[in-house]
Amino acid sequence: MNVSHLGQASPSLRRLSELRGAAPQRSLDARALAALAANPGCRRRALLDAAGVDKTALADRLGRPAPFGQSPFAIRRGLQFESRLKRDGYAVLMEPLRRLLGVPEDEVASLAVPDLLPSLSPAMRTERTSAALAEAAADPSAWTLLDRPMLRLEVAGSPAYLEPDALVVHGGRCTVVEIKSFPVLDGSADPAKVGAAARQAAVYVLALQQAAARAAGREPSADPYAEQDLPGAPELTVLLVCPKDFSNRPVAMPVDVRRELSTTRRQLSRMTKVEQLLAALPEGMTFDLARDDSGAPTRPVEELTRAVEAVPAAYGPECISTCELGFHCRAQARCAGAVEQLGRGVRGELGSLRTVEAALAAAGRGAEPGVEPALLAELGLDEASERLAYAARLRAEALAAGGVR
Amino acid sequence: MSLLSTLARLEAVRGQRAEPLATVRHRHLSDRPMVLVPLAAAGEAGAPLAVLLGTDRDAPRLHLVPQPLNRTQRSEFLAAMAADVVPYLESFGEQVELLEGSEKDPVSGEKLPVVRELCADAPQLVVPNAAGVAHLALLGRSTRFRRTAEDPDPGEYPAPTQVPLLGRWLTHLTDRAQVPGSSMLLSMTGLLARHWATGQSNLEDQHLAARMAWHLSPSGLEPPATGAVAAEWVESARDAEGLLVHPPAGPSTDPKFDERVLAPAILRYDAAVAVRVRAEGSRDAAESERAAGLVERARAELARVLLAAALPTWHDVWHGLELLRELPPADHLPDRWEGDRWSFTMHRDRVAAGEPPQPRRDDAVTAARKLAQREREQAKLEIQEALDDPLAMAERRLAGEAFAGEVVDVVPEWSAGRSPKPRPLLVVRTGDRPHADPGREVYRAHAEPAQRAEIVSAESGEVVVRLLSGMGRRKDPEPGSVPEVGSRVVFTLFELAPRQSAPLPEPADTPWTHGGPPVVGEDSPAGADEWE
Ligand code: SF4
Repeated sequence: MNVSHLGQASPSLRRLSELRGAAPQRSLDARALAALAANPGCRRRALLDAAGVDKTALADRLGRPAPFGQSPFAIRRGLQFESRLKRDGYAVLMEPLRRLLGVPEDEVASLAVPDLLPSLSPAMRTERTSAALAEAAADPSAWTLLDRPMLRLEVAGSPAYLEPDALVVHGGRCTVVEIKSFPVLDGSADPAKVGAAARQAAVYVLALQQAAARAAGREPSADPYAEQDLPGAPELTVLLVCPKDFSNRPVAMPVDVRRELSTTRRQLSRMTKVEQLLAALPEGMTFDLARDDSGAPTRPVEELTRAVEAVPAAYGPECISTCELGFHCRAQARCAGAVEQLGRGVRGELGSLRTVEAALAAAGRGAEPGVEPALLAELGLDEASERLAYAARLRAEALAAGGVR
Repeated sequence: MSLLSTLARLEAVRGQRAEPLATVRHRHLSDRPMVLVPLAAAGEAGAPLAVLLGTDRDAPRLHLVPQPLNRTQRSEFLAAMAADVVPYLESFGEQVELLEGSEKDPVSGEKLPVVRELCADAPQLVVPNAAGVAHLALLGRSTRFRRTAEDPDPGEYPAPTQVPLLGRWLTHLTDRAQVPGSSMLLSMTGLLARHWATGQSNLEDQHLAARMAWHLSPSGLEPPATGAVAAEWVESARDAEGLLVHPPAGPSTDPKFDERVLAPAILRYDAAVAVRVRAEGSRDAAESERAAGLVERARAELARVLLAAALPTWHDVWHGLELLRELPPADHLPDRWEGDRWSFTMHRDRVAAGEPPQPRRDDAVTAARKLAQREREQAKLEIQEALDDPLAMAERRLAGEAFAGEVVDVVPEWSAGRSPKPRPLLVVRTGDRPHADPGREVYRAHAEPAQRAEIVSAESGEVVVRLLSGMGRRKDPEPGSVPEVGSRVVFTLFELAPRQSAPLPEPADTPWTHGGPPVVGEDSPAGADEWE
């Protein structure tokens, strides 16, 4: 899927493109969007994504490259799997879909696969998709498959363009189809992977709901459990298509995404509006790598680091596996002694103690010999500090009893 | 994460070294463990690429699949792995203890004496991480239904007998690994996480080498260091070719390694095989010999790169075992290991009795039983760890589930009635704050025999309890059964005797013949293709 921000060059859009510099705009996929939604408090990521900055290149230049990559074996296997799926008029897809939608077996129907003009710009492709969708939804008896459609979603006040694997339209409604490479083994799949896929699919469903509401000239419903009764509206159950057992044969698995949909919706609404993010930026600041003719970045690293630091982040260890800047932000969190480096949950445990140093100082008071618990209360520590001091006393005592210290 | 382990992590940040989370070792370690470092081919569920294994730290053996898509080679790999692992597992089935007991005759209801065998020891497999355990489970699933030449319908590609046997063992061991406190199949990251805290998060701790970097300076790092810097170095340092200096612990390999090293090496191997096929077709003996040499060399090159990818992890696992052996064993280890020995013995007997492999899916009854067993074992484990380790007890004290202190007064009292029994009051000075209302029953830790008491009053700094049992049958307490003034005592709010520790195998280990027939899926394994 691709994200770009065409349209009128509003002041914000102009500022966003300045932030990106001369570099081409990066696409954002639904997985990245789902990750963004999972950490809605991070303004740094929100801004970089809105501007379409190439975070991989940025992380490289900052000296802490993202550890992500895909094995050529996995890519090849994925391609093989997809081509297998498209065999015989998408037969593997159609059978479970019919069951899901309660369509009788004997009803014969051929599948229409309209051309979605994949070489056009994202905005035009979105137009084309919505036209094809409307046309397909107009005839309830038809079966239509939209292969790599393009959808638009408003994220924090700026448009993002998304590309699901496929949509199947029938009975005036559409169903999101996602192709995944993890297996369904003996009828069940890894719940963590299914969860991630569901979060991703929920982003598409949300975009389709917005589109259906737009087409009908209505406000999108705020109730995530409400089925939209509009032409072309998405089903709230999506289809994951995965390899079956150890084979290369596809199997489709319906997944109800209502819960993920409501979370994504809530998280995205919590994101700070892009205008606000931009307003807080220093004048003239940019993430431009200023590449020379050979493509090598010339922007001084210190300057770039300062630019990144000017936007507040919300680091947590999950960032390492979900954001290209993970290693960079971790180093920064460590440098600042932030307690989040140990996990997001730690923050809640330690209350007002925000740094490792402060927490250790509070703990140190408890470990001092001869400090009675009654006295601790009198030291005027808040509850978290007091508990930590108590824990430190217990720990010191247990280590001594166990002969470790 | 508990506050105590958070505290340990904070201390680890300060010292840039791992900090203890236990004062004793809470998992049994075998004298003869087998370490396995499995590597998987990317993109395919559980498809094996290689495994480095062995019981001798200085002599690991490598098995590999030169072309991961080739099913014949994959079968050869599994046969070779089975020939290595199965004899190791089976070697523990030979020495047994004989236990006398009684069993109810199912027909007459009479109790009949029986003698049961219990294997004197059990095998222990150690893998780098939880993903390694999951990979073994997939290998188990994909091999336990393999047909062999001995099957009535051996199919097109019969496997050596040991292959389905390996599958059944791996299934058994990975299943058993889900029982809390069991030790027949362990992951090194899990072992280390139980015993030490690092100054990074749980998520980062899943990377074995990064975790080890909080204990020992990683080899190759100059100047030597431990902690965050060292961990980041093993996570990300790359050589001139862009390859990780310290490869990941598997089963997934680094995508860059796949792209730059593995894929070309496999291509060369495929090319050599093609040359050999052509040479054999042309019946030119000299040319065939030369081509065979090419294949040999290509294979040796693959073995070299895969060994290099697995060897650092192999050393990390053995280093980890070394660290763990330095800890004194917890008192309850033999008790829990006996559970593992039962589990091993029962599986040995099922195989010997010719029972079918484990079903694809547990039926509802079996699944419920396994869940109940795991819950029971979890409860038992928590109690035993608290008794074995003051640091584990500290967790319970912090949670208000136990308190420790010094006896400052003993008031002898007796129960009312015709034959009065001792009911002394103990005044315990403690800094702990148990969540205990008067009347609540508590249990004295380390009391022999077990001793109950009830809370009389609990105020800040002082808890008064009344002892209720464990003082003999007479009017006056047995000498030594009542703690004296000045002695240290620990009381828990949770019961210390796990509900009935069954000496006989747990339901999960009872033969399927007793738990209903195995469930065969609509797509019966017979004839079902494994990988393609
Ligand atoms: S790594 Fe940094 S920029 Fe990315 S989400 Fe985390 S805190 Fe935000």
